[in-house]
Amino acid sequence: MFGYIVKRLLGAIPTMLLIMIAVFALIHIAPGGPFDNKRPMPAEVRANLNATYHLDEPLLVQFGYYLSGVVQGDFGPSYKFKEFTVTELIGQAFPVSLKLGISALIIALLVGVPAGMVAALKRDSLLDLVVMSTSMMGMVIPTFVLAPIMVMVFGVHLKWLPVAGWNHGALPNMVMPVIALSLPYVAYVARMTRGSTLEVLRSNYIRTAQAKGLPMRLVLFRHALKPALLPVVSFLGPAIAGIVVGSVVIERIFGLPGLGRYFVDGAINRDYTLVMGVSIFYAALLLLMNIVVDVAYTFLDPRVKLK
Amino acid sequence: MSESGRSLWQDAMRRLRSNRAAVISCWLLGAILLLALLGPSLSPYEYDQISWDEMAMAPSLSSGHWFGTDAVGRDLFVRTAIGARISLAVAFIATTVALLIGVIYGAISGYVGGRVDSAMMRFVDLMYSMPFMFFVIVLMVVFGRNIFLIFVAIGAVEWLTMARIVRGQTISLKNNEFIEATVAIGASPLRVVLRHIIPNVLGPVLVYMTLTIPGVIMTESFLSYLGLGVQEPLTSWGVLVSEGVDEMEAAPWMLLIPSLFLAATLFCFNFIGDGLRDALDPKVEQ
Repeated sequence: MFGYIVKRLLGAIPTMLLIMIAVFALIHIAPGGPFDNKRPMPAEVRANLNATYHLDEPLLVQFGYYLSGVVQGDFGPSYKFKEFTVTELIGQAFPVSLKLGISALIIALLVGVPAGMVAALKRDSLLDLVVMSTSMMGMVIPTFVLAPIMVMVFGVHLKWLPVAGWNHGALPNMVMPVIALSLPYVAYVARMTRGSTLEVLRSNYIRTAQAKGLPMRLVLFRHALKPALLPVVSFLGPAIAGIVVGSVVIERIFGLPGLGRYFVDGAINRDYTLVMGVSIFYAALLLLMNIVVDVAYTFLDPRVKLK
Repeated sequence: MSESGRSLWQDAMRRLRSNRAAVISCWLLGAILLLALLGPSLSPYEYDQISWDEMAMAPSLSSGHWFGTDAVGRDLFVRTAIGARISLAVAFIATTVALLIGVIYGAISGYVGGRVDSAMMRFVDLMYSMPFMFFVIVLMVVFGRNIFLIFVAIGAVEWLTMARIVRGQTISLKNNEFIEATVAIGASPLRVVLRHIIPNVLGPVLVYMTLTIPGVIMTESFLSYLGLGVQEPLTSWGVLVSEGVDEMEAAPWMLLIPSLFLAATLFCFNFIGDGLRDALDPKVEQ
């Protein structure tokens, strides 16, 4: 187990390098630089700025500088927010996104899995229909439509919840962003759980368990739950990636000071170091989460062996 | 696929036709497609015709603005139809890009097997773990907002799952007798893959393709919401919806109408996809 984790972590290094090269190349191909203001600046000032940030050296050298910094945990200074380093910006913003993302993931599992199982158990009943059509709605209504409607109803008209803002992650401020972010994933998880539960319930060993006279409750929790959860667990990797991307929109709608906002702003402002920093950070996070998910999978499915 | 007798495809079609949700979805989708093609020529207005006297007018039959107008007085019926063109075009082209890359990649990986297969699949795993949406965003920012680029970028993200599905199918196919027979006759590997493997994996591919389209339409509207989609005055459903969100209290139809079209289209593709999956799965034969 330990050897496997180390091997996977080492395997992630070339991936990270590739991602860094790709982002670095892309941003540098882009026309326009970080110091292109509306007003042209004197040539000496520009030259000095370029020298300070090593922008006057060959790309390969620039990449070398950058790489050695990243290895030491230094993503360099932000070009736009000059008083902060990228590491500081990420450090400030990431806890917000993390809290948002983890809450959304937990809600997706806590609501989606039971809903899917119930729908499978009561197949073709009214309840099944309600769960399935609600989840279909959750999948086809974009978050950026749902979230503003929620704000209008619960924030502006009913005044139950704050309209926007983070307020240090106070619960009332979290409710709407988390629900809006998790909804599509609640839907996916419910549909997946329903499908896999139906399949598991048809299998021979479940029939055997029932034939032995085991109460339905035990059959479900002892025998059916684990295999029915397998597809959901393997969906967790893409789900985490999706929630990370989705939080970009959610943070924008609710004005939350998270990482997603820095990414979009950084890309539009051509804040090279910020965009690279955030991309690399997210890529590392996703790689890590994928390893965690793979390990978790083996706990659930004894047929899978870690190599 | 033109065997005599009842082929798998004829069977599937028969089963699909008895699936009411899928059939209704097909008709609805046809209607939306018709609106996209003919809509703009039915209305006297142009999609980019700004009219300061007719800002944010509610839908009415008498004014000729059947779906109302937007914040600068452009006719929403025509804009919804143009938006349908763009959204559906993005969806079909991006899905085709994903299909081409995914099927060829997956078929080669599965058929060749061994080292090549594990290297190719490791590459897919690698790509999976990347925050691809971010690359698309960076691409948009770097190269400007080019519709063509949106197609390709989204397609380049969506091919991975396709490759996995095709590979799995290919592996289970390649040890069948008919493939062995083809190889024994002396067909080249390329011919085996193109003529015998790929046609036989089309079923699951078709299902996945139908289910990819709604995902792509969502991605496009997501990009549009961030202000990275198609450029004014052109429009897409994503652009219209995000414009509508800004005005939803004063002019709810600006949000409602495009959202309705977007949601209906996604519903349709999902139902058709589910219907196709049931129809093509021999296990559910009753």
